[in-house]
Amino acid sequence: MAKYPTEILLSWSKAKEIRETYYKNYAAAHDKGGIRWVGGAWTFDAVPAGLGADVYSLTSEPYGASCAFNKDFSTRAMEAAETAGYARDLCAYMRNYWGSILMDEYAFGGPFPKPDFIWQDHICCSHAKWYQVVSELEGGIPMFCVDVAVGPAEPFGTLTEAKIDYVAGQILDGIQWLEKTTGRTYDDELFIEACWNDFRSTSKWAQVCELNKAVPAPLDEKTMYSLYVLATLQKSWGVVADYYDELYDEVKDRVERGIAAVPNEQARVMSDTQPPWSALKLFRYLEQYGVVSVGSLYTFGLEGMWDFDPASGDLVPRPMPSKKPTTREEAARELVRWHLHKPEYQHFYDCDYKSQMMIAMCKNYGLSGVMLHYNRGCEGLSLGIAENRLAIQEAGYPVMTFEGNMGDEREFDLGRTMQRVDAFMETLGVKKVAA
Amino acid sequence: MIEMFEEWYKSRHDYANQWKDKTGGKVMGFFCTYVPEEILLAANVLPVRILGSHEPQNVTEPHIFGMYCPFCRDCLAQGLLGRYDYLDGMMIAQSCLHIRQAFTSWKKHMPPEFTYYLPMPHQVQSPRSIPFLRSELETFKSAVEQRVGKQITDADLDRGIELMNASRQAMRDLYDTRKASNPPMTGLEAMYAAVSNQWIDKAEHTAVVRDVIQKELPGRDLGLEGKTRLMILGSEDDDTAFVNMVEGCGSVIVTDDHCTGSRYFWNQVEPEEDRLLAIAKRYINRPACPTKDWPQRTRLDHVRMLAKQWDVAGAIIIQQKFCDPHELDIPEQRKSLDGIGVPTLFLELDVTVPVGQFKIRVEAFLEMLAEDDLF
Repeated sequence: MAKYPTEILLSWSKAKEIRETYYKNYAAAHDKGGIRWVGGAWTFDAVPAGLGADVYSLTSEPYGASCAFNKDFSTRAMEAAETAGYARDLCAYMRNYWGSILMDEYAFGGPFPKPDFIWQDHICCSHAKWYQVVSELEGGIPMFCVDVAVGPAEPFGTLTEAKIDYVAGQILDGIQWLEKTTGRTYDDELFIEACWNDFRSTSKWAQVCELNKAVPAPLDEKTMYSLYVLATLQKSWGVVADYYDELYDEVKDRVERGIAAVPNEQARVMSDTQPPWSALKLFRYLEQYGVVSVGSLYTFGLEGMWDFDPASGDLVPRPMPSKKPTTREEAARELVRWHLHKPEYQHFYDCDYKSQMMIAMCKNYGLSGVMLHYNRGCEGLSLGIAENRLAIQEAGYPVMTFEGNMGDEREFDLGRTMQRVDAFMETLGVKKVAA
Repeated sequence: MIEMFEEWYKSRHDYANQWKDKTGGKVMGFFCTYVPEEILLAANVLPVRILGSHEPQNVTEPHIFGMYCPFCRDCLAQGLLGRYDYLDGMMIAQSCLHIRQAFTSWKKHMPPEFTYYLPMPHQVQSPRSIPFLRSELETFKSAVEQRVGKQITDADLDRGIELMNASRQAMRDLYDTRKASNPPMTGLEAMYAAVSNQWIDKAEHTAVVRDVIQKELPGRDLGLEGKTRLMILGSEDDDTAFVNMVEGCGSVIVTDDHCTGSRYFWNQVEPEEDRLLAIAKRYINRPACPTKDWPQRTRLDHVRMLAKQWDVAGAIIIQQKFCDPHELDIPEQRKSLDGIGVPTLFLELDVTVPVGQFKIRVEAFLEMLAEDDLF
């Protein structure tokens, strides 16, 4: 008999529908006279929203992950990128994306829909360069990219006005560029509304994640991958913000009623960096041991907005700004201030910042251990991971590492990884349990 | 005189220790050539670029994931092995993630008294980057002042700018001598000169460069007339064994686009009343590292200009294994050079170089270039 009751997540199918609509909207944008743009999952997607309600995006990392899930498509895409001369140790999402252009195949069917412009941001070495190549492969489509790498935010550093000026200034320049590039008049009201939706989505997602402090955990990480992704698609979309409100209510209710994601939960772990998307069964394998992965700094903080309080040693969902911005300039500055606090930005400046946040999660989410994915597909999120391992171990938490690739299944060995999991479970002292 | 560069290259740590003993000054290790050395020189601090030793090592594995470049691991190894234990401080200017990993690991495990992370902007093609960098230089200057216990005046900054500009001009003049059909120096000698310039006292180094140009190079005949003229470009490269092998195959390297070479000294600070603004402009406008070369690819024109002015027959594109920024440039760089009739050979470097295997490839490349001449 299971230790805890479990139920399917009622809002699951809605998340799937939103995702499907998003990809269809992008592909069909031109049919309705709309605009298509591309950029990364971290880009300030609220900004192009000011061009009108018929402006649709395709964010590259979740697109690359979707490709990876389809092994055949991904392998052909990788080989197309390699044939074009690009190294196979580059970002795997990027190679899936370039391969789609080179093959002229959209992972969701049909030819690859050419964007009208690129709206990107840059903190990882690959961000701007990714789209520099996209622009070239697509015959020179216009590109604008905002540099956000101004150093750590509080409590690890100080976001001075000069730093905010630099990033917000680029956004304001970008708005003028958008008008010039598209020939449309920019609507500040739409922009402000989109910023507000962005704050709502990213704040609420953090609140959803925080509910996983409960024992049993109401969500498992494999499920969370299908939920957090909506913010990576378009965090400024009202539909996404509304969805997270609904999801929060449902997950809170699960906590109140003691509904478990893993009914035989007997130990809790977390992971780090993107998983090998073609082998998510790894997480189901954990469940055979009654082990739930409650999330990671990646699932929590890639899009979720948190404040880290060193005094209490906890990550706390960042409260919404006290009031809605009223002007373009105000909105740009608030957007920058908000996003530069993103937990996943901080480790770009020092591995120690990430270690502190991960150890806080170990303590506050009752974890028995940590599984670190040494991800050959993403140098950005693998930055400092070896130091994170040392720090977490020093804090007293067992760590298992496994090497793989989020988007290139040729570099992941599921069988060997499962053997590592077996050994790790032995270390944690947990044995397989009946479902 | 010219052999002094090699001596400095080989005795970098002895030099820094002796400099400290002689001057009582502080030594600052730095990880990237976007570090504004003018400010350090203004504070009478000796900037010393941290580079690897090209030896196999076994100390960095627990600290850096294996898909990070060998150069960053080699640099970190130097710190963990205590070879830079004379440093009073250590800093980085924001560039690639890999070298940043070396910096943060070093800082965590072997911290000197002073460490500094300068958030050098990436979007150097935006006019917003100059005021931002200026403000960061102001903050950095204050941190240095606090550390050395002395205010840095405009006169101090002028001295720092003059020292750096004089060094840059001397190195440009030295490189110009290599435009001759019979270059008076080898690529290996030039590499020793360029790399040692990144840790030797600037006035001392410049004096030797000037002496070499004026007294040693005129009339110097190394028999390089008619050798195949090559340029090297790509990731960090101070691999003298590699350069020696390439030149031993019947070529002469006449120029480069490396941060360990010409990118380090290419452009000057244009003096203006606001010294920090002038310094900021210099670093924003310098030949870009690939991490900062977007949205436009300015490196292509710069490299083509080098190839033409130094009249090269071919180019060896060198990439530190796993160096993403260069990997993202190399396909376009190859097309660009091919477009002006400069064939390229692509080689991937590790901490140590498989000289035998590379020699076969270099010889084949040179043979191919020679066939171009024939037909």
